[in-house]
Amino acid sequence: MSDLAIIIRNMNKWYGKFHVLKNINMEVKVGEKIVVCGPSGSGKSTMIRCVNRLEEHQSGDIIVDGIELSDDLKSIDKVRAEVGMCFQHFNLFPHLTVLENCTIAPQWIRKVPQKEAEEAAMRYLERVKIADQALKYPGQLSGGQQQRVAIARSLCMEPKIMLFDEPTSALDPEMISEVLETMVNLAETGMTMVCVTHEMGFARSVADRVVFMDGGEIVEENVPEQFFSNPQMDRTQMFLEQIIRH
Amino acid sequence: MAKVFVPTPPSPPPNSSTPAIQWLKRNFFNSPFSIVMTLLSVYVIWSIVPFALNWAILDATWTGTDRTGCDANPDGACWAALRVRFWQVMLGRFYGANPEEIWRPLVIFALFVVIAYLLLSETLPGEYRLYLGGFALIVFPVLTYGLIHGGMFGLKVAATSQWGGFMLTLILAVGGIVLAFPLGIVLALGRRSSLPVVQWLSITFIEFWRANPLITILFMASNLLPLFLPSEIEVDKVARALVAITLFQSAYTAEAIRGGLASIPKGQFEAADSLGFKYHHTMGLIVLPQALKVSIPAIVNTFIALFKDTTLVGIVGLLDVFRMAQTVSRSTEWKGFDYETYIFSALIFFMCCYGMSRYSQSIERKLNREHKD
Repeated sequence: MSDLAIIIRNMNKWYGKFHVLKNINMEVKVGEKIVVCGPSGSGKSTMIRCVNRLEEHQSGDIIVDGIELSDDLKSIDKVRAEVGMCFQHFNLFPHLTVLENCTIAPQWIRKVPQKEAEEAAMRYLERVKIADQALKYPGQLSGGQQQRVAIARSLCMEPKIMLFDEPTSALDPEMISEVLETMVNLAETGMTMVCVTHEMGFARSVADRVVFMDGGEIVEENVPEQFFSNPQMDRTQMFLEQIIRH
Repeated sequence: MAKVFVPTPPSPPPNSSTPAIQWLKRNFFNSPFSIVMTLLSVYVIWSIVPFALNWAILDATWTGTDRTGCDANPDGACWAALRVRFWQVMLGRFYGANPEEIWRPLVIFALFVVIAYLLLSETLPGEYRLYLGGFALIVFPVLTYGLIHGGMFGLKVAATSQWGGFMLTLILAVGGIVLAFPLGIVLALGRRSSLPVVQWLSITFIEFWRANPLITILFMASNLLPLFLPSEIEVDKVARALVAITLFQSAYTAEAIRGGLASIPKGQFEAADSLGFKYHHTMGLIVLPQALKVSIPAIVNTFIALFKDTTLVGIVGLLDVFRMAQTVSRSTEWKGFDYETYIFSALIFFMCCYGMSRYSQSIERKLNREHKD
């Protein structure tokens, strides 16, 4: 098995006639942390959503953990089993308690017995520091708490790769740090992570590489120090000026 | 000098205790128009209620085995007619004529009430409810038919053509609701399916049954269907009506559920997909539990409509509670007591439908408490 977790080669995607992703090439090594940033509408969310086939790409290859994504449903199932995802709006299941949110997938997909699934769920809920809310419904929690539950829910499926699609964008400012802290802790465990985020502090401290996208293309890709102190492209410079100005 | 922040002390709440007079003034006498309307309403109520009360209760004839008492008292209602024919109106001709057999439908009715209470009130733990649900769907209908129809274990035969009254209304309504519900779920999912053939079939089915009046469907089921079937196959009249009602109702249930399905945000599907759920898991564990809860008011609405629509089986010669009550006021013994029989069947329908409506309201309140987001 190669040490590459994700390979994206010459990937293109269109929405109707609109060319959303243009010739994307990217490699993510096992254990690597990638931060993807860029202005809104640049295609960064669409790109990571292609990695677990929430969106379909029309040309090029995506290979996740050695499995090539194709129309074959089995390959999609296999990839989804290895890849966890956190969404901007958490997408917890509102009719289930926090604990049930975490156990339902292991119980029904992995056929883990209820007791084992609950024990594992409690371990992960403790890790995201929310075990004391296990019996509440998502609607009773704050946004930051919900996002941490969503992270725990993904971890319960024991993924090799975690995708984060703007996990802090829908949060009130005072909730952002608790979610970022959880992500930093997760990064320390050696998880392979691809995060779409505007949190440049997180990118600086955690990312191995920062990928900047604009207009559906990868414009620049660099280690954080170089990326922030010495951006190569004009578009990157403009973007950084804009987000750092305030 | 820097300003020091001093919080404003809380002020007392506004005076919310309004005396009764103020309340009356605000709600009934706050403008000349409302004063006129209030007085008019009082006058109307004043002139109707005492008359109705006298006719229906105080001056009514409650006892007697024939019409002599009622004829002597023309200013009061003749409830004696319905007392004498009570079991016929409730259970149909056979049980009306065989009072020693009425325990059979009564046992079934009692069981029905107990099962419905246990299933709907959530007093049982989940696992037992599942078993009871299975019993209610598979064993109970067989038991109902066996006991009410008879013909075995030495029970006298009560042919389905002799079934009638409130019993028949309940059998058709509950049978139609229970059979149409799963069919409606399948149709609703089919209509939203990404497979064109499944979607097209579901749409055709739903639109066909929704575009026809129930009377037409009942008429076709009971008069036209036998023409197409070989003569040795004879499908029971009640069963034919039940099939017609089920097909009709499933289209409406499907549309009510579709509304619920449409209200589930895309993110729920994406979360389920990203966790690796397959279609049936996503639907069964994530989407339907939420969608059905959302559509409960709409579903119960269709149930109430169906319950009342069962009176239409009269068109194919089945005597539901309304028609059965009508036969009383059209019989030679009790001819002319139409108000009483109509009011009686109206009361029965009101109790059932109002009960359903209250149940749906309590469910809604409970769901609002459970998870809001």
